[in-house]
Parts: sequence; structure tokens; C-alpha cells
Amino acid sequence: MLEAILLTVITAATPLVIAALGELVTERSGVLNLGVEGMMIMGAVSAFAATQITGSPYIGVLAGIAAGGAFSLLFGFLTLTLVANQVATGLALTILGLGLSGQLGESFVGQPGIKLQPIVVPLLSDIPFMGRLLFQQDLIFYLSIALVVGINWFLFKSRTGLKMRAIGDNHASAHALGINVIRTRYLAVMFGGACAGLAGAQLSLVYTPQWVENMTAGRGWIALALVVFASWRPLRLLAGGYLFGAVSIGQLHAQAFGIGIPSQVLSALPYVATIVVLIIISHNRRTTLINTPASLGKPFVPER
Amino acid sequence: MRIELQKRPEGSRLFSFLSPLLALALTLFFGGIMFWMLGKNPVDALYSFFIEPLLEVWSLHELAIKAAPLILIAVGLSVCYRSNNWNIGAEGQFTIGAITGSILPVLYPEWHSPMILPLMLIMGMVGGALYAGIPALLKTRFNTNEILTSLMLVYIAQLYLDWLARGPWRDPQGYNFPQSRSFVPEAVLPEILDSGRAHLAIVFAVVAAVALWFMMRFMLKGFEVTVLGQSERAGRFAGFSARRMVWFSMLVSGALAGLAGISEVSGSIGHVQPTISPGYGFTAIIVAFLGRLNPLGIVASGFVLALTYLGGEAAQLSIGISDKVSRVFQGLLLFFVLSCDTLIHYRVRIVTQKLTGGTARHA
Amino acid sequence: MKKMIIALAATAALLGGFASGVQAQDKTKVCFIYVGSKTDGGWSQAHDIGRQALQEHFGDKIETPILENVPEGPDAERAIERMARSGCGMVFTTSFGFMDATVKVAEKFPDIKFEHATGFKSAENLATYNARFYEGRYIQGQIAAKMSKKGVAGYIASFPIPEVVMGINAFILGAQSVNPDFELKVVWANTWFDPGKEADAAKALIDQGVDILTQHTDTTAPMQVAAERGILAFGQASDMIAAGPNTQLTAIVDTWAAYYIKRVQAHLDGNWKSEQIWDGLKDGILTMAPYTNMPDDVKAMAEETEAKIKSGELHPFTGPVKKQDGTEWLAEGQKADDGTLLGMNFYVEGVDDTLPQ
Repeated sequence: MLEAILLTVITAATPLVIAALGELVTERSGVLNLGVEGMMIMGAVSAFAATQITGSPYIGVLAGIAAGGAFSLLFGFLTLTLVANQVATGLALTILGLGLSGQLGESFVGQPGIKLQPIVVPLLSDIPFMGRLLFQQDLIFYLSIALVVGINWFLFKSRTGLKMRAIGDNHASAHALGINVIRTRYLAVMFGGACAGLAGAQLSLVYTPQWVENMTAGRGWIALALVVFASWRPLRLLAGGYLFGAVSIGQLHAQAFGIGIPSQVLSALPYVATIVVLIIISHNRRTTLINTPASLGKPFVPER
Repeated sequence: MRIELQKRPEGSRLFSFLSPLLALALTLFFGGIMFWMLGKNPVDALYSFFIEPLLEVWSLHELAIKAAPLILIAVGLSVCYRSNNWNIGAEGQFTIGAITGSILPVLYPEWHSPMILPLMLIMGMVGGALYAGIPALLKTRFNTNEILTSLMLVYIAQLYLDWLARGPWRDPQGYNFPQSRSFVPEAVLPEILDSGRAHLAIVFAVVAAVALWFMMRFMLKGFEVTVLGQSERAGRFAGFSARRMVWFSMLVSGALAGLAGISEVSGSIGHVQPTISPGYGFTAIIVAFLGRLNPLGIVASGFVLALTYLGGEAAQLSIGISDKVSRVFQGLLLFFVLSCDTLIHYRVRIVTQKLTGGTARHA
Repeated sequence: MKKMIIALAATAALLGGFASGVQAQDKTKVCFIYVGSKTDGGWSQAHDIGRQALQEHFGDKIETPILENVPEGPDAERAIERMARSGCGMVFTTSFGFMDATVKVAEKFPDIKFEHATGFKSAENLATYNARFYEGRYIQGQIAAKMSKKGVAGYIASFPIPEVVMGINAFILGAQSVNPDFELKVVWANTWFDPGKEADAAKALIDQGVDILTQHTDTTAPMQVAAERGILAFGQASDMIAAGPNTQLTAIVDTWAAYYIKRVQAHLDGNWKSEQIWDGLKDGILTMAPYTNMPDDVKAMAEETEAKIKSGELHPFTGPVKKQDGTEWLAEGQKADDGTLLGMNFYVEGVDDTLPQ
């Protein structure tokens, strides 16, 4: 039973982790994109549509990534090239994404989807308990773990990652050092979009292989919260994503078990937990300040 | 080819006037193409979007009803954003304001008194302000990021309202359906004219906008907001306290969101129900930026955004454009307005790669 | 710049007001307002399918404009008023939350006929209509008790409103009529519409040992989960057989078409009356999807029960029935009155859950 519950938690947490990781990279470069929900839903509808048309969920995954990335370019163009306000543009991106995805997906409503099948890793999957949890999963789960590890290395161990963090902390001095701020930020925004698109693909190909309007149901917002919750660190983000997933699945089990607490209280638990954990970690002023990208959300125009 | 921006020494007067017009023209053009591609007559579509809702008196009232909460919330948020406090939880403050404001009419339905309405409004404002006080407290006390806490508190507020409306506040005569008893007439916000159902909320909105505009323009407090928003250090040298500003801006925006909440419940809905806001708190963020964080600009942008909602409905009914297409159209409008505002502060020039390739490398 | 000029020209044309608001006056307009999208795959789509059938039935005689995704609140009142003003002769408001808004607008437009789904407030020109979905739930309960090996089913519920509570009670009463020890686990998803959360709830229930699932939420996600885990399930609102060809036992299908045609016909004939209509299986306002994935004897039992309910021989809520706390609700042979059912906020004996109050 524990194994079954954990499997459910993994499925629930994976899209949060992926979308949040993308946003983490975007924010580390100093850009705040509140349009995660919009990019995610575009990824979900594109992945589903491509899968239905071609019959291959793998092409669907690629389509989801491409759609999220392309959609984020719209945000990038407005906020980076035209220096529009990032908060407002991100919210507008969500409005546009929800409308556009509904329109594009209209003919796919009600079609049974094709599920992305698990890839069983030989030998490792035979390990009792852990094998089934970690090595009989679908491609997107493996990608999520690889991305977390990879991004963690990239941010803190690689030269390019260091440059990107420098931009996020102080774009003026990064520019003075000869780093191309705008180009790096474009790439970071697109990475964020691609991740959101991949997370959307997970929803419409793995979590619930179907397309319905608004199927992201606020998960993009939770991803945004996770980034701050993780104080912009990938490994903490992974832990936070799974904690969030565990609490939301746990409350359903508590109900099925017959614990008589109002379901609204249980539903509110993850949010209360986030605030509490946040207070605990941000209580230490120094660690938060070190991790927060200082120029987050601020516009940058290169001096000539 | 790429686009290059050059900062203007000061904002262009010409473009602060032209940019919204340009944005509107672009929206009409591209929106027209979109409607045409969907097989609809673009002129009909644009007409029902922008003109039809303005032709009838009742519709103008509805416009005021829709714009009022957006404006009320957005002017409060403008103070927050100007002072660099990122309250994105107005939706939650709106909800809590609606709840605390409704305590009297829901729990004391026999109480008929002219006192009830002013008390409700005050309680709504206090509720909204206190709820906004939570992220303020966490920010000043624990240095917790207010974007996240205020957002999390939205969900908690909504669930609390849901619980109240389905549980303790349920109308005993209502077949256990999830809504409270209807408010007594004394607890309903009066309509301002006989010709339609627009009520006092729009008056509150305009008064709040003018008051905050006055404060930002002519009072020391407004100066303090701007200085602290631009640089906390500079503000400290001027003797301003960033910590007090967190409290001030959050409480002001919370109180206004709370007032919007109770006004909406009392004036437009007439009872408490599980959801009372179709996302006003989030839409208001866009309204605030469309209005360039200027309270008077926000009044205008609030009406424009409200118009797109009404226009979307009119277009659905008269020419059968789906609701999703209206949302896309709304998104287009927002994008064009946001990008055209660039022209106010920057000169835009399009340069070809050949010419700038060399300089860019040296830059 | 060129684009801008074209756009400005378009604006000028627009301001010139060459809008062709042509409307055929002889057609009767029958308008529908939905809380969700017309392709939501659930509640609103079921109404829209009814509307399409209605349009087809009357052809050129009527027009059926819609407004979708209308939030329940002041927006609803405006949307309904807009319909009234745009010349609709009849307006169907298809969500409970539109009740007070419909009442207010109906008062202002006495010549227009309004019909509100699932509410309890009516007027001279405002009728209400609803379907006795609990009849279908009773049949499902019986099937579940026959088909479940473990004797325990899972129920994914949306919100604790009388409609949903009534469904849970009917299900358990149906099940107990076959197996008195049958158990029911309930999970409240607190949403009508979130495929992910519905799937999570389904998984949680299956992990807790249920081997039959039923849902009172709108998407096919629980059916998909049931199919994947190899257990059986019931569909909701529409025939969900496509999502679980080897899983769905039957589904309660909302079939509003017959009702809409009946009422519009009455309107056209000039003998429309305001009524409080609560139709059941016999009127065709809900139908059971084909009984599949079950042995013939179970199918025969289900069909027999359906026939008995249609003929009025069987009322699912017939005593003796005890409430969850053991007190008597219905005495031997006593049938529940509609008022109690419509306001139901208690469980009957056998539900393994505390009803959220």
C-alpha cells in the first residue's frame, strides 16, 4: 500500500517539479514569469494533439516542449526586447494561454488519449520496493530527475551557470563584464517555457491521458510557489515538490480512511505547510538573501 | 535584424497619449484578422466587442459594476507596487473582506438598522487589511517573500469561504444548498441611479482613485512611496522606513480589496456563496499595470478591461464567437497595450545585424 | 507603419458603423447559459448536446444562441439580462448558482419564459427542472454489490450538496438491497472538474481496497484510472465507454434533449406553464448507458430494476431506512418525500464517511 501511495505521489509531484524547475532557471536569470499556468496548458494541449494525430506520445512530448518554449518567446519578446512589466505580461500570458488552448483543443475533447508507457530499466527495476518506484517509470519522470540533477550542476558548478546567476544578481555589472544579458535571459525564459510545456505534456499524456480545458487547474501557480519555497535551489525544489504532492495525496487517503475533518481544512493543508516552511527557512535572513536573485523582475536595457 | 531600445531622458508626452491608441489599432487589426480566419465578419465582431456594450444605458451600468472591483483593488495595488511590495494576493483579501463584511447580515438577519451597512463596509475593510497584514507581518518579521505568502493565502481564504458557505453560514431555509440567506434590504448597497443596477461600489472606486492620486501627487506619503520603491537605501537616507512602508502599502491595498469584496457581495450578489470572485484580484494586477500604476490611469484601464468582458459576451450572443476566442482577443489587447507602452520611455529602432555586429561585440 | 495605417483604416471603418446586425424576426430565440464550457466533457456539454438536438428538431423555426463559461455571481445576472434584451423568448439557465440571478431577471422581463435547472425558486414565468439522478445511482449500487468481490465500493464526490448526498445514499441503498453488509468509502475531491485530482482520488480509493468506483465529478479521469488498475467503474453525466471499454459497467447519461424539445414545443404552441419539474428515468431526462462488462444475470437484474423504477413500482428511497446514526428515517413501506430529498444533508446507514457539515 505504501508503494502504491508513493507511486501516486510521484505522478502528482512530477509536473510540479518540472514546471517549477524551469521557472527556477528563469528566475535565477533575473526574470519573473508568472505565466507558467498558460505555458503549461499550451504544452498540455499541443502534446495531446500531436499524440492523437501521429499516434506517438513521444512526438507528443516533443510537441509539448516546443509549444511551451515557443509560447514563452512571446513573453520574452515583450519583457526582454520591449521591457514591458514582467508581472503583468506573465498574467496576460496565462489569460492568452487558457483561451488559446481551449480553442485549439476543442476538437480533441472527449477523445481517449494514448498514455506514455513506462520504460523498465533492466536489473535496477528488480530491486524490491525502490525498483518499482524509481525504475519502472515513464520518460518524463526520468527527465525530471535528470533535469534537477543537471540544473543543480549547471547553476553551481558550471561557468555558464555562474554567469547566469551573476546576471540574476546584478545585471548591470554582469553586462559590464561582457556577458550578454539579453541573450542569456532569452535562453532562460525559453528553458522555463520548455519545462512548463513538458510538465503540461505529463498532465495530458501520463497523469490523465486526455484533454479537457483548464486541465492544469492551478498547478502552474503551485509551481511558482514551489520555486520560492525552495529558495531557488533545485534539490530543495525536488524535496518541496514531493512534499507538496505527498500532502495533497495524503489528505485524500485520510478521507478514504474516514477521518472526519472538513475536507476544506485538508485541502488547505499544503498551502499552510508552504507558508510555515517558508517562515522557517526565511527566518535566517542571510541564507535567503544569498539565494534570492537580486534583480528578479527588474527590467534591463543595455547601455550603449 | 534586431530591435534596439534607447532610453529617453524623460517619458514622452506624445507617446503616453499615442501608445494606447496605437495598441488599440493593432488589436483591432490583428483581432480582425483572427475573426476573419474564424469565418466571422470582422467588422461585426469588433463592433459587438467595443461598441455594442456602450450603446445601452443598462449595459453602461453593468460596465460600472464590472469595473468597480477591478479599479478598487488595482488602485490599492498600485501603492504596493510603487513601493516595491509585491502583493499578488488581493484575491484573498477580497474574499476575506467579503466574509468579515457579511458577518452582520448573515448571523443577525433580524437586525434592521441604517447602521448595518456602514458597519459592514468598515468590517470588510478591516478584514481585508488584516488579511493583507499577514504577509506584511511575515515580511517585516521573518523576511518571508510576500509574493508567495500572499498567493498562498488566496487559496486558504477561498477554502475558508467555501467551508462557511457550505457549512455554518448555509441558509436554513435553502434546502441545504451552499449559499447563505439573502441580505436584508438595509444591508444591500444602494443603487446610484434608477436607470440600472450600478451601485455605490463604483463611487467608492472613483473616490479611492482620486484620493490615492492626490496622495501620490501632492503628499509627502506619496513621495515616500516612490522613493522607497525606487531604492530602499535612498529612502533610508531620507529618513523613511521601508518596514513601515510594507505595513502601510499592504494595509491600504488590503483594505481596498476588502471594501471591493464586501461591496460585491452586498451590492451585486446579495448573499454569500462558495465563490464570489471570477478572479478579480488577479485581473486587477493587470489593470494596475495597464493604468501604469497611476490611480487615474487605472480608472480608465479598469473600464477598458471591463468592456472586453462585456464585449466578449455580446460577441458570443450576436455572432456566436466562443468564449475562448474572446479570451484570446483579450490577451491580444493586453499584449499590445503592454508592448506599446515601451514607446513612452524608449526610442525603438530596428537595426540590421551588419551595422551593429561590430559594436555589439565590443559592447 | 504600413500595418498601423491599415489598422487605423479598419478603425475608421468600424467607427463609421457599418455593422450588419441583421436578425430574423420570425425565428423564436431559445437561449442557453452554461457555467462551464460547451465542450467541458461534463455537465455543460450534456446541456449543449441537448441544445443541439433541440435545434435539429425544430430546424429553421428556432435559433439557440449560448453564453458559456459564465461565473455564478453578478456576471450571471448581466449575462441573463443580456439574453433577455437580445430578444430571447425562452432562456434556460443551466446551473444551480444561477438561481437568484434568474429570479431577478425574470422579475424584470415578465413576457420571457425562464427555466432554471436544479434550483428551488420559481415564479409565474420561471420554471425549474431537474432529473432524478438518484434513480440511476440506485441501479448502480445494485450492480456494484453484485460485481464487487470485496463488498466495498469507492465514491468520488464533488461537494457536499443535497444532490450529491442523495446520490451517495441511493447508491448504498441499492447495494444493500443486494448485500446488506456492503460498504462505501467516500472521498470529497472538492471540485467538479480537475482531472488530476479526480485521478488521485480514484487511486487513493483503489489503494484503500475498493474494487468498484463511481464518481460524481465531471471528467473521465477516474474511469481511466479504473481501467488501468483493472477494476470496474461507473460513468457520470455522459457515456464514458470510450475511456474504459472493458471497465464501464454503465453510466448515468444526462439526456436533456427530450425535456428541451417538450418545453420549447409548449412555448411555440402557446401553452407553456411555469412548473417545478423533477423528471426521472421514465421521462427520458436521464438514461442508463448500455449495461456492459457484467454477466447476464446481473444485467437482467439491472434491467428489471430500471423497469420497476420507470413503472413506479420501485422508489429507491422506501423504508425501512435508518440514518447513519441509527435513528429511523423511513418506516416500513414509507417513501421519502421530494422536499426531504432535495434538502438531504445526512447519510443513511452503511456509509463509511462523516458527512462534511
